[in-house]
Amino acid sequence: MASQVMTNLDPKSRAAAKGLSDLTIRNLFIIPTIAFLIIFNIFPLLYSLAYSFTDFRASTNAPAQFVGLQNYRELLSDPFIWKNFSITAKYVLISVAGQVIVGFGLAMLLNRSIPAKGLITTLLLLPMMLSMAVVGLFWKLLYDPNFGIINYIFGLDKFEWLADPDMALYAIAIVDIWMWAPFVMLLSLAGLSAVPKHLYEAAEIDRASGFYTFFRITLPLVAPILMIAIIFRTMEAFKTFDLAYVLSSQPTTELIAIRLYKMAFQEWQTGMSSALAYIVLIMVVAITNIYVKYLNKVKAR
Amino acid sequence: MAGVRTPQEKWTNRVAIVAVFVAVAIMLTPIYWIAATSFKPRNLATTIPPTVVFQPTVSPFVKLFTKRSQLRDQPSAEEYAAAPWWEQMVFDGGEKVVRNGKTGEVRSSGYGDRFTNSLIISIVSTILAVSMGTLTAYGFSRFKVKGEDDWLFFILSTRMLPPVVVAIPMFLMYRVVGLNDTHLGLIILYTAFNLSFSVWIMKGFIDEIPREYEEAALVDGYTRMQAFFKVVLPEALTGMAATAVFCFITAWNEYAFALIMTNRNAQTAPPYIPSQVGSGLPDWTVIASGTLLFLIPVAIFTFLLRNHLLRGMSFGAIRK
Repeated sequence: MASQVMTNLDPKSRAAAKGLSDLTIRNLFIIPTIAFLIIFNIFPLLYSLAYSFTDFRASTNAPAQFVGLQNYRELLSDPFIWKNFSITAKYVLISVAGQVIVGFGLAMLLNRSIPAKGLITTLLLLPMMLSMAVVGLFWKLLYDPNFGIINYIFGLDKFEWLADPDMALYAIAIVDIWMWAPFVMLLSLAGLSAVPKHLYEAAEIDRASGFYTFFRITLPLVAPILMIAIIFRTMEAFKTFDLAYVLSSQPTTELIAIRLYKMAFQEWQTGMSSALAYIVLIMVVAITNIYVKYLNKVKAR
Repeated sequence: MAGVRTPQEKWTNRVAIVAVFVAVAIMLTPIYWIAATSFKPRNLATTIPPTVVFQPTVSPFVKLFTKRSQLRDQPSAEEYAAAPWWEQMVFDGGEKVVRNGKTGEVRSSGYGDRFTNSLIISIVSTILAVSMGTLTAYGFSRFKVKGEDDWLFFILSTRMLPPVVVAIPMFLMYRVVGLNDTHLGLIILYTAFNLSFSVWIMKGFIDEIPREYEEAALVDGYTRMQAFFKVVLPEALTGMAATAVFCFITAWNEYAFALIMTNRNAQTAPPYIPSQVGSGLPDWTVIASGTLLFLIPVAIFTFLLRNHLLRGMSFGAIRK
């Protein structure tokens, strides 16, 4: 559409003849970025694909030996890796569900005339602007069984949030919910404000219950944008590293990204960890695809 | 929503307002607690019941920037009197500031340098990502590009990878070319990381600038470049500012790459602050003061650009 208008300009006019041609400008503007992204994203990926078929260890200078699919076979039959994946799945489920409930709830509350709404919204956004690693670390103090304020406020005495292997994953998820519910809230608010007012007025005239209005009008119309929030948060939660890494070192909180980090940069199993990286990558792409398909379905309705 | 009319609606509205204030209080308590702890003397940071009223002190900030050690012997009265106020403060906390034996200069902790590194790396990579992103977005917005949607998807997909996945090959590549633990190394990484976002957000903004503006300029005898710089760019400035906030926040807070790719020279604050916890009893007041200082740039940015955040964040998902 754009270029149509552009080509309508006489290409031989003086204005167009001066200076660089549109084609040159387009290439000048686009090619550096594409090249940059290929060099720093695609090339490293191919590099690690090659390493994933070797027994290379970056800590030694021994040349890499080609081992074929052995790394992949070993990883896929390792019960500990599957344990890491199931911990990750559990974590993603808890934290994304929590964020959707809290975030959408907040948006529903805020979607009315509330004093100082702008200020409140900005304040609520603060947690997600902060560094997960740095703030996560501080939550260690808040969770402390001896002098943390959380136990004090809720009267939990010496409850062990992070040392209890069953509780630690929930404790991390709570921090994640605290940080990212505002993101869901922000997108939901945008979705809610786009719902046409006349639908509510019509529902009111029909004396529809609040319940009915919510499930038949609000939710379906907000669903696509809520879905986008869920996609983003699922992908991010799947990748979680810093938060869990600074908060806990329990085996029950070893998310797949942490396992990958340890394998690559503590055990220096470079070849093996490259293979695991590929498995993770394929999973992320698969999950994203499922989500996007579902999103399109929701949108089409 | 429809205006408040019936008494019942009035009542639910009041409940909602109270609920919102409770939610804000809950969300902000951890941040308030960071701020409060960073002004406490060390012995009040870990009391039960928690200390809410206290005499604020800046000694955690002094400790944050200086190297210090446990006080073995009490300083003599003269020594104490001769010390500047901030050093006395550290004495009061049972510690002393470490000075260089020969020159008597105060030794600094790593925090100041890490903070500066964070600033340099975040600012430079933000400028790079936003300027490259704006040009590319303009290219995609105004010219015909073969397979445009595929290219745009490719650009976005570079953002989907877990950082740890990319970190392994990047680490190996950087080791070969000598970019490990350099500012340039992290700047390049963060630029690559933010570029995809930048292109997507800017495309949304530039698409909304009417093409007629440039056409008019072209008719007036501007070259395409002049039209871009003199007509389109000023219109795109708010979008660029919003994009800059996102890029800055991402680069400022990034942890995994900084942890893996740096150790002394170019380390940023996010990996540094957790590394100070160590195995002993951490001084939470110092950690809190380091955290609070680290939050300030982001909080300011968020506040200044609160009105643009929404549009930027939902890039393309919401049409006005």
